Amino acid sequence: MAIDVPVLSRWQQSDLWWSFQQRPSAVFAVVLLAVVILTSILAPWITPQNPYDLAALNLMNSELPPIWLDGGEYPYVLGTDVQGRDLYSAILYGSRTSLFIGALSVLLALSVGLTLGLIAGYYGGWVDNAIMRLGDVLLSMPFILIAILISAVAVQMLPSHLRESLTSLILVVAIAVPSWVQYARTVRASAMVEKGKEYVQAARLIRVKSWRILLHHILPNTLTPIMVAATLNFGLAILSEATLSFLGVGMPSDQPSLGTLIRIGNQYLFSGLWWVVLFPSIQLCLIVLSVNMIGDWLRDALNPKLR
Amino acid sequence: MIAFLLKRLMNAAFVMLAVAFLAFMIFRFFGDPVEMMVNEQATQSDRAELRERLGLNDGLLTQYARFVGSAVQGDFGISYRNQQDVMTLVAERFPATFELVIVATVLSLIIGVPFGVLTAVYQDRKLADGLQIGSIVGVSLPSFVVGILLILVFSVSLGWLPAFGRGETVDIGWWSSGFFTDSGRAALILPSISLSLFQITLVMRLVRAEMLEVLRSDFIKFARARGLPLSVVHWRHALRNCLMPVITLTGMQIGNLIAFALVTETVFQWPGMGLLFIQAVTFVDIPVMAAYLMLVSFIFVLINTLVDITYAYVDPRLRSEVAVKGGSAHGH
Repeated sequence: MAIDVPVLSRWQQSDLWWSFQQRPSAVFAVVLLAVVILTSILAPWITPQNPYDLAALNLMNSELPPIWLDGGEYPYVLGTDVQGRDLYSAILYGSRTSLFIGALSVLLALSVGLTLGLIAGYYGGWVDNAIMRLGDVLLSMPFILIAILISAVAVQMLPSHLRESLTSLILVVAIAVPSWVQYARTVRASAMVEKGKEYVQAARLIRVKSWRILLHHILPNTLTPIMVAATLNFGLAILSEATLSFLGVGMPSDQPSLGTLIRIGNQYLFSGLWWVVLFPSIQLCLIVLSVNMIGDWLRDALNPKLR
Repeated sequence: MIAFLLKRLMNAAFVMLAVAFLAFMIFRFFGDPVEMMVNEQATQSDRAELRERLGLNDGLLTQYARFVGSAVQGDFGISYRNQQDVMTLVAERFPATFELVIVATVLSLIIGVPFGVLTAVYQDRKLADGLQIGSIVGVSLPSFVVGILLILVFSVSLGWLPAFGRGETVDIGWWSSGFFTDSGRAALILPSISLSLFQITLVMRLVRAEMLEVLRSDFIKFARARGLPLSVVHWRHALRNCLMPVITLTGMQIGNLIAFALVTETVFQWPGMGLLFIQAVTFVDIPVMAAYLMLVSFIFVLINTLVDITYAYVDPRLRSEVAVKGGSAHGH
């Protein structure tokens, strides 16, 4: 062990690392998520087929069961769907899309929520009122409804040649819009507390610019609850994307995400092709489960009351 | 109290106006309403006449005011897709969604509350650990995946329960109920389980947190000191003091469940409002979309406002504070 690397040894002595070791479910979740992320990044090199490339699909190989059943064929380890798409490849590419959309929408919601929350909490007055009212309106409609509406309206408004390349970005926005409010509220509350404290007053006194105070002084003090919320929302974002795709207002069937794969599989539920729907579902559940376990661990580990 | 009431009602009205504005914008600018309504043979003057009749030539604000005015009276126009009155369409579908949501809510209480108590009481035992893990798995399973798995097991493999539709229904006035026939009750089982799973974990976590709090209080220690059996202490004295937040949560979640039922309804082809909405989205049937959006938001806002007012009535401290916010816990 490279104990003398200062960063590493600091990490090894930290409470976070200690609580991580105490918690088997967190270790399990981190390993699982790491495997999922790695395999989906490496998907083009470790899959037998590119499921987005229609020329690579062969109808002769359609509806093959998983390899351990009668009729299963190598290299289609998890079987194929009705178009002859290799399920294992489709799942890895699908996870890639799902993780990408989930991560991007959390980043977008975070940056919007943190900015607006800081501004609202620090300046107060009508700015605060306007931002928080907007948040109230968003929270008074069900999350899923807002996301469906944005995604459906945006897809219809775009000219068809742009639609395909932009669908994933539309989904990112559709999921981020209803979720930034939570960050904004959290950050606003801490900004309102922090701005009255002496270190901020001192910084103001020596004429540090407002944005600098916000970014360098106030923001770092609000990050802990934000980190927990962001982790849990990453799971929620992946779920939302899958739900939208399942409902048919998300990723189209020629660029399937996990939700799209499940929707396609759902159409063949009664024709005995259970693997087409089961395997993508398992992958989706494993991803969300591991994210939520990590989020739960972070919440407990970073909660000062439980220490 | 009156000031608080007025403030809260104004707030609710503001939110509804904002939602109405959104619905109006979608209706007005998401495709041309005239093009959606006329058939191909319509002449230019037919179109112009319809445009005039719909009032689309008036100022935007006038149009918005008119939209709100007719929405208040429950008039959302004619469905583009099958030329029926939108409100009639939605009202026809409402009982199906409502019954599903009620059954799911009841399920979440009769399963979630006892399990929540168990996890709080037997904190260090295997059972509690198991339930705790179960609750995190419950939050992580997407409800449509649960629905599909249930169909796969109980309909496709075992053939015990129907996988789609409502079964036979009995009409009571305009309300069509599935409670009174065997096939109607059988059809309710799988959808309500899949809809309630998330809610069960929510109730469980809340009951657990509340119980842990209450179990530390003096009156529980006193009850135990008096020598009351533990089961009485836990299930009667402690549980009773946890129920208020549970009732609040359950009430506030009803709006969420109604919205979220659209996913369950899609999986089980349940003929409720949510399925109507999803079909409307696919066919760009905007009046139906607008009506559904307004109705669900209205139920949502109504429940939240009622809860806030009740709370302020019960607890005077809240009247002076800024309005209590709720409804932040959302499903997936």
